[in-house]
Parts: sequence; structure tokens; C-alpha cells
Amino acid sequence: MKDRRSPLQTIAIYLGALLILVWSGGPFIWQFSTSFQLDKALTSGSPSLIPDPFTLEHYYNTFVEKQLHRYVWNSLVVSLATTFLCLFVGSLAAFALSRLNVKGRFGILMVILSVSMFPQIALVGPLYLVATNLGLLDTYTALIITYLALGLPLVTWVLFGYFETLPREIDEAARMDGVSIPGLLWHIILPMSLPSLVTTGLLAFITAWNEFLFALAFTSNIDRQTIPVGIANFTNLYYVPWGDIAAASAVVTVPLIVLVLFFQRHIIEGLTQGGIKE
Amino acid sequence: MTAAATVSGIGRPRLGKALPGAVWALLLLTPAFVSLASVSFYPIVNGLYLSLTNTSLITQENEFSGFSNYVQLWGDAQFWNAWWHTMWFTTASTILETAIGLGMALILCEAFKGRGLVRAAMLVPWAMPTVVTSKMFSWLFDGQNGIINYILLHAGLIDQNVNWYGSPDTAMTTIIIADVWKTTPFMALLLLTGLQTVPNSLIEAARMDGAKGWITFWYIRLPLLMPTLLIAGLFRALDAFRVFDLVYVLTGGGPADSTETLSTLSYKVLFSTLQFGYGSAVSTAMFVTEGIIALVFCLYLIRLIRRAQ
Repeated sequence: MKDRRSPLQTIAIYLGALLILVWSGGPFIWQFSTSFQLDKALTSGSPSLIPDPFTLEHYYNTFVEKQLHRYVWNSLVVSLATTFLCLFVGSLAAFALSRLNVKGRFGILMVILSVSMFPQIALVGPLYLVATNLGLLDTYTALIITYLALGLPLVTWVLFGYFETLPREIDEAARMDGVSIPGLLWHIILPMSLPSLVTTGLLAFITAWNEFLFALAFTSNIDRQTIPVGIANFTNLYYVPWGDIAAASAVVTVPLIVLVLFFQRHIIEGLTQGGIKE
Repeated sequence: MTAAATVSGIGRPRLGKALPGAVWALLLLTPAFVSLASVSFYPIVNGLYLSLTNTSLITQENEFSGFSNYVQLWGDAQFWNAWWHTMWFTTASTILETAIGLGMALILCEAFKGRGLVRAAMLVPWAMPTVVTSKMFSWLFDGQNGIINYILLHAGLIDQNVNWYGSPDTAMTTIIIADVWKTTPFMALLLLTGLQTVPNSLIEAARMDGAKGWITFWYIRLPLLMPTLLIAGLFRALDAFRVFDLVYVLTGGGPADSTETLSTLSYKVLFSTLQFGYGSAVSTAMFVTEGIIALVFCLYLIRLIRRAQ
């Protein structure tokens, strides 16, 4: 196709690509740069992309004064637990739907998908009452149980889609060899699905890591609050600490970006499968 | 289904101890059912019940009160204010994201150097926590030292600083811009996979017949992409309708309620005034509205598919 393009079209395409690049990366690069600049420089009226002078003051503030690491720890506990539970429960369900003769399995899949579209604000009130009655406010458990249900639809859909691509002859062969049903899932299907498990795991992790509404409602102190709640409350009494906020943003976003870039191809494939193709 | 039926034979008892396939299926699906039933279905039903009571965590009342919450809701100016804001936000952001996303997807469809880099960068806004996005935009669009004001001022597009999210006239626009920034690239990647399924031979054939670029787009690519576009639009609209994090962190619904949406209003009624009965009526009304949006989209989609056949 390349040879058929006029020079004008080529220029337009590169210009468009540059625009997309600036659009996607620009704001975060500015935020990243902000995190290394002194408050004085930020409010001087002549912004500069290169930090001058360079400072780590904001990183010091976020960790020492605002205790960011405690939020990070809470988020890690909740997100990792959610990820493993989602993968466990989701792969059981996806396996049953894909490999066992479940009546009305497409109906079940549609119900699972539509659940993910429920407005979360309609869930938070009743769940808050339940959590209060069970004494689960300010616990990791309440968040993990909730996030499991939030992540489950996508995980089940993507894993189901992947299991469907695995040839059924394998099942037959395993059955001849006397492999039981749980054995088929554990020893044969799951080891073959590692790439998909990594992607779906990452999606579940990001869902839990970024969730704000339930964390805001269910937790009220730094012992259990997750990063989004911590950052939302990042304010000083008399001025907005832009530099500190930028530093915290960088700390919680950069690892995520690295992970996503590393697995980008799988993520796009996985999400397309879950959200659109069927 | 026939393939699945033959496979189901693996459940036949082999050692006497093994369970039949149907029992296994039920067993394996149970955890997922329990999770979704307790965290998604139960709250919806319970919310429906609560909306018919005067439950309040302050007065400790929970008497059945019939439809009085809904009567109150119907006459509540704050509710309708939030309802219109939510509809406006949903419509504007969905249309902008689909249109700009389509433009981006068309560019990415072409071969050029550095395409991998551009595609990778596009995942950055998507992966970033929404709370971080809100904080980032409140810095970018800050009324005094924001870089956006600086750039626009020096480009001569504005002659004085705009108080973006601090003024009722521009606050909703700022939130829409932030949402469009965050979601459009991902929309583009979804549409790109749809575009790539359009057979190249069709486009080649059209070119042989002398069709110009935009004609092949309008008559071949766009019609074939339509189902993908509509489904992506539907998912986007349902998601935009629930907007909470962005508004709550960026403006908190203000200034002067100019950005109050249904989610932020429900949250305030529930957790600030602790009126769980009335708050549940607000969120149930929201659930119903979302259902109607989904229904309209689906009916349109079905009609479109029927017409194509």
C-alpha cells in the first residue's frame, strides 16, 4: 500500500501519529516533570519541561509526611488477593462453560456480561449495610470480596474465549488416558493457557488497583485505605501541593505503565475478545 | 453445541467415586454464581426494597413507606439537574470518543515507522488510575498556573486565564475533556481491531475501480465497521453514564452543582446525609435509566442487522 500514497498523505499520517503520541504521552510527561520541580518554579508563571533546579523534595514529602507506602501496601494486598481469587473462580467458571455440557451457556455468559454494566453506585449502599452488620468495614476482606465480583465478568469472558480456541481433541485424548475433570483443568487446560492467565490476571489487578468508589465508602483510615483514596485526600490546608501529588501519581502509575507496555499485545487482544467481538 | 455434548461424556464415572459431568459443571460454576449473586444481584434487589422505605442511619428508622421516595424524587430539582448533567456528559463524551477514536484508528491502520511506539503510548491513559487522571487534569487546567492556560494564552487563543473547573460555565467541559483524554485511545485500539477485519481485497478492488480514499472509507470500511462501532459506543455510553471518580475528585459536583451527576448525587445522599432510603431511590432511578439506554442501543443494533440481511 505504501507506494500508492502521495507525499501529502504521508505527511498527514505522520502528523496524525505525532498528535496521537503527544495526546497520549504529553500530559503524563508534564506530570512526571512536575514531580521534580520546586513549588516556586511551578508557580513562577514561566513553566519549563526540564526541571531546573531538579529536586526530590516531593518524593520525600509523599513518603515521609504523607506515608504513601502504607497506601501502596494496602493496595498491593487487596489487588494481589483479588487477582488470584479472580483467576481461580473465573477459570473454574470459564472451564465449566467451555468444556462441560452446560445448558444455556451463552445465556449465562450474557448475564455475566450484563452484571458488569450495573451502576456501581447502586451496589454500594446495600453492600455498605451488609459490611456494617458483618463488622467488615475497614477490612481488606470487604474490598477483596467486592473486587472479586467486579473483576469476575471480564476474567470469565476472556478466559472462556481463550479456552474455546484450544482444540477439543486434547480433551478426548486426556479422557482416554483416564484423566478426571479437575485433572483436565489443572494439568492440561491451565498450563496451556498461561499467556491468557497472565493477561486476565493483569486486567483484574488493574481493576482492583484503580478502584475508588468502594474503597472510599468501605475504609476510613490509613491502615486499610488504598492508593486512589489516599491520593484523592492529598491536600494541604492552605494550598494544593501540586508537586507532591505529581510525585505520588508517578509512583503509582509508572509500575502500571511498565507492566502494561510489557504485555500490551495480549491486553489488546484479551479486551477485544471480552468487550466486542462476541 | 454438538461438540460440547460429546465432550460431556468425560464426566461418566470411571472409578465409581468420580462425579458425573453435570454435577461437576454445577460445582465449578457455584463460586462465580455465589460471588455475583451476593455482590451484584443482592444489592440491586435490596436497593429496590430500601428505596421503598424511609431508612436513615441517623434517625435509625426503616419503615416501609411505599412510593413516597419516588414522589419526592419526581419533584426534586437537584435530581433532575444531576440527571441532565449525566445525560449530557454521556452523550458528549461517547460521541467525541467514538469520532476521535475512529480518526485515530484510521491513522493506526496505515503502515508507518514507529507505529508500535504510538500504539504502546495509547495504553498509558487507559492504565492510569482515574483518580490520578483527575488530579493530573486539575493541575493541567489549574486556573492560575495551569499549563493549558499558559499555552492558550501564548498562542493568543484566550486573552486571560480561564478558571476551567472553578467556574460553572466551563467545569463540565473540563470533565468531558479529561474523560475524552483518558478513554479515546483505548476506543481507538478497539476500533482498530475492527478495522483490521475488513478484508483488504475489498479495498484493493475499490481502488482498482478508481475509488478515492474517502469513498472507500464511506462505502466500504464504515458500513462494515458499523456493528463494532455501535457495540463499542454502547459499552462506552454505559460506562460514561456511571461516571464517579473523575467528577468526585476534580470538582466534587461543584461549583454551584454545575457538574453534579447521578453517581455523585447518590453518593452524597447515601454517605453524607445517610438517607439510605432516598439514596437508594436515586440509584434505582439511575439503574432504570441505564437499562433504557442499553435497550435503545440494542433495538437499534438489531434493526441495523436485520436491514443488512
